[in-house]
Amino acid sequence: MATRHLFIELQTLNRRAKLKIIFAKFQCLCIIPALVGVDKKTCIQFCLCTFQEEMVIRPLYSGDIYASFQFRTQWDTDFLHDGKKVSHYRLFPKSLGQVLSKFSVRELHISFTQGYWRTMQWGQPFIPSPPGAELWVWFHHTVTDVDGNWKELTNVLSGIFCASLNFIDSTNTVEPSASFKPLGLGNATDHRFLRYATLPREIVCTENLTPWKKLLPCGSKAGLAVLMKSEKLFHSSFHSQAVHIRPVCKDWQCTSTAWELRQTLNVVFDLYTSGQGKKEWSLFKMFSRTLTEACPLASSSKIYVDVTDNPGGELFDLSPSSPLISTAVVLGDRRTYSVYDLTKKETFGQLRSLNLLLRWKGENDMLRPPLHAERYVSGFGLQKGEIHTCLYNSHPYRAYPVLLLDSLPWYLRLYVHTLTVTSKTRENKPSYIHYQPSKDRLRPHLLEMLVQLPPHSVTEVTVQFERALLKWTEYTPDPNHGFYIGSSVISALVPSIVAMDTNSTRDRPLFSSFFPTKEESSYFMRVYTEPLLVNLPTPDFSMPYNVICLTCTVVAVGYGSFYNLLTRTFQVDEPSAPLAKRLANIIRRLRGVPLL
Amino acid sequence: MAAPLTLVLILSVTIRAVLFRSSLAELISERVEVVSPLNAWKRVVEGLALLDLGVSPYSGDVFHETPLVIYLFHFVVDYAEIVFMVSTFEFSGKYNLFIKQKYALEADRYPHDCLELMRSPKEMHYIPLKVAMFYLLNPFTILSCVAKSTCGLNNAVMALFILSTLKGSALLSAIFLALATYQSIYPLTLFAPGLLFLLQRLYIPVNPCRSRFWFFTVQYSVMFIGSLLVIVCLSFFLLGSWDFIPSVYGFILSVPDLTPNIGLFWYFFAEMFEHFRFFFICVFQINVFFYTIPLSVKLKEHPVFLIFMQIAIISIFKSYPTVGDIALYMAFLPVWSHLYRFLRNIFLVSCVLLACTALFPVLWHLWIYAGSANSNFYYAITLLFNVGQILLVSDYFYAYLRREHHLSQGLYLRRKDGSEATLVLK
Repeated sequence: MATRHLFIELQTLNRRAKLKIIFAKFQCLCIIPALVGVDKKTCIQFCLCTFQEEMVIRPLYSGDIYASFQFRTQWDTDFLHDGKKVSHYRLFPKSLGQVLSKFSVRELHISFTQGYWRTMQWGQPFIPSPPGAELWVWFHHTVTDVDGNWKELTNVLSGIFCASLNFIDSTNTVEPSASFKPLGLGNATDHRFLRYATLPREIVCTENLTPWKKLLPCGSKAGLAVLMKSEKLFHSSFHSQAVHIRPVCKDWQCTSTAWELRQTLNVVFDLYTSGQGKKEWSLFKMFSRTLTEACPLASSSKIYVDVTDNPGGELFDLSPSSPLISTAVVLGDRRTYSVYDLTKKETFGQLRSLNLLLRWKGENDMLRPPLHAERYVSGFGLQKGEIHTCLYNSHPYRAYPVLLLDSLPWYLRLYVHTLTVTSKTRENKPSYIHYQPSKDRLRPHLLEMLVQLPPHSVTEVTVQFERALLKWTEYTPDPNHGFYIGSSVISALVPSIVAMDTNSTRDRPLFSSFFPTKEESSYFMRVYTEPLLVNLPTPDFSMPYNVICLTCTVVAVGYGSFYNLLTRTFQVDEPSAPLAKRLANIIRRLRGVPLL
Repeated sequence: MAAPLTLVLILSVTIRAVLFRSSLAELISERVEVVSPLNAWKRVVEGLALLDLGVSPYSGDVFHETPLVIYLFHFVVDYAEIVFMVSTFEFSGKYNLFIKQKYALEADRYPHDCLELMRSPKEMHYIPLKVAMFYLLNPFTILSCVAKSTCGLNNAVMALFILSTLKGSALLSAIFLALATYQSIYPLTLFAPGLLFLLQRLYIPVNPCRSRFWFFTVQYSVMFIGSLLVIVCLSFFLLGSWDFIPSVYGFILSVPDLTPNIGLFWYFFAEMFEHFRFFFICVFQINVFFYTIPLSVKLKEHPVFLIFMQIAIISIFKSYPTVGDIALYMAFLPVWSHLYRFLRNIFLVSCVLLACTALFPVLWHLWIYAGSANSNFYYAITLLFNVGQILLVSDYFYAYLRREHHLSQGLYLRRKDGSEATLVLK
């Protein structure tokens, strides 16, 4: 039964992950010890290593959403026991285990954070951390040279996490006497064995996330860690990843100890940056992935959604709904959570994928502006492209004309015969077009046209262009950043529901009297689109001398060949006499004797 | 003779028609090796669209064709494909007459053992067909035609010039040369070979002391300059302004547009120091015209080969070359097939040219689309391609001169001591 379960799970993973998990599970089946004759109890003790993963989703008051991941591996072993070297690692990552035993570390806490936790808006985080990198370590009381160990430890961790922790030295390390007591077991309070350092300038990026993910037993292939895609995680207001290692009690009486490794990741997604202003959050929107299974090596895999503020479901809808509700006391407050157990097949439903969706109610009647525009560049490669400008008229029944002005630099060579204007998939010819083509290095393109926008429609204006190769001195110092193209300007007289006041001399607030109003039924509006960023092909900037030399060489090859053929004639080749004979002839000539 | 030629014509029409209707036509018409800012079809359409919008096509920097071309396509824009195919075919039809002329000039005043150097009438009989095949079925020509590049029209005009020169009609020759020069400035260098051929045909020796020589030269140059002026003024009256002169000729001579192509100019001027730009523009442009006088002096007895050399030099060193220009001088190669035995590097050169032709699209894709190569890769292949072409042309020149030497001195030369001699250039 267990093997069948194993094989079904394995189908969804790729080969490398499969091999890793087969090996780990195989060990746990304890087949080899059974063959040898060791009894099961010893065997379980031999490889007792548990892994739990959990995620908490907490909607914040400001419309942002807070997701906190915790991955806990607990292992009954003793790194610091003299004489017994640990060499058999299963779920606990070997790199960290070796670090712990080599440097006699009792507790290790390292965190990498980008952004600042805004307590007033977001409340308290589950695992707080300062911006930048923070490392604090309790060494074992048998260590004689704590500073030496600390220095080597920071360098090794720098390599493991691909961070520049090697900048931690005596200038930024302290030994706090009271603030950082051990969080795990341990009664030593000699603060000589504690070291604390922060690097506030340290930046967190994908290079730090990848080795952090590799420390997990399932990696980022199965379980909750599949949600960790760096392009979404780093596009957030707050991101913090941490590793906490400490010894803990295995049971209530604390008869034996175990090592606990907790990897935590906290992220806050902003309503406007990641959420596009809509109060609706889902796993797909946050992480661009959904969950398909739990990590096979996890003994428990759960998602907790904080529904304390949503007792009757009147604030937001949570789908798919879960029957499991649990309460927990955290940070001095009793909170209610909707629990999703990923180890159960039913959680994933018919589609075998779980996408939690929180949709706020009553938020969708935003006032739509009557005129709105967007612009983007399409195409691929550095040879050509196409500019699309989309004009949205959201008035339900009135059509009105707009003037579109585009000023494009000369190095985007515009082809006006490819200009197309379509509304509702039909062609919409502009009634007035003024086009002034560009002159290289003198003036830009100017394209102005009057387009009639039908009611409640999207009008798309497209035009193709070619990208020019510029002289090497005409590029900016960062040429691969691209060139900025200014916004298009859309000017229109938009029909107004309320009658406008045409008397401009009457006493009015300043904000209503900027644009003059000539008619009562419409008001003047100007909309600017996004600027564009366009890449141009670049020559190699290190090559001026080389290019001049090589091209002139080719021209010289031509010149040389033609010169030879034009100035020389064919002659029969008389082989010259060997050197000795020639010298002899010279001497003979001097003597006046007949030559050889 | 007519049957194989018709067969070749039908085959080439089929290939072009198939390619015109396929999706490759769009792809080919955007390749930088096949079209340049001077002769791209997209730009012709853009010029016509600007004309329709009421804006002068020369007010921008997209259109660089001469006004006569606008007016030609204004009327036949829907039949553009047919126009291009027709121009290709009339080009290939030249060589029937051309070869007959060539043979007539070979008198038998050569040493006895050079008989094998002379071409038999049977060989000569097949040369027009070979030339037609070389031009019509040359992949370069096919690509150029499918891309609807106006290079095909330029080639047609030059072919008409060659035909009329060989037929001996000075007036027509001057008119077509003026038309070719009007299209792109470089055919101006063909004035010298045209003049030399006509002089040779009229049995006027090229001797500055003789008045007959000067008389004919002045007559020919007056016809040429006159027709050029007429065409330019006609263009002025068509569009009502002189804007086309800086847009067309200024563009060809000052090379402001650095779009990559198979020539040497683009990367050189993309990486040029501003201070020296004007100097090197002058150097590179003079380089095209520079070989006219020395070549004319050396090849004054052989104006037909001089025409070939001049066309080759123009195709290699012009400011915006395309594969259509290369196809023009490559079509001549079967005419000199008798020089094969004296060619020294033909295997190397053909390998280089084939390899470069294959690598051009690959390295372009890697630079522009994949982003894994940079402009240096494409530039390197450009250099190699041009070196290959230069070696080809100079090899043929060497072979021609060597054959002439053998025709006057004898084929099997012996040294003073009787052993077989080797010829060197000294």
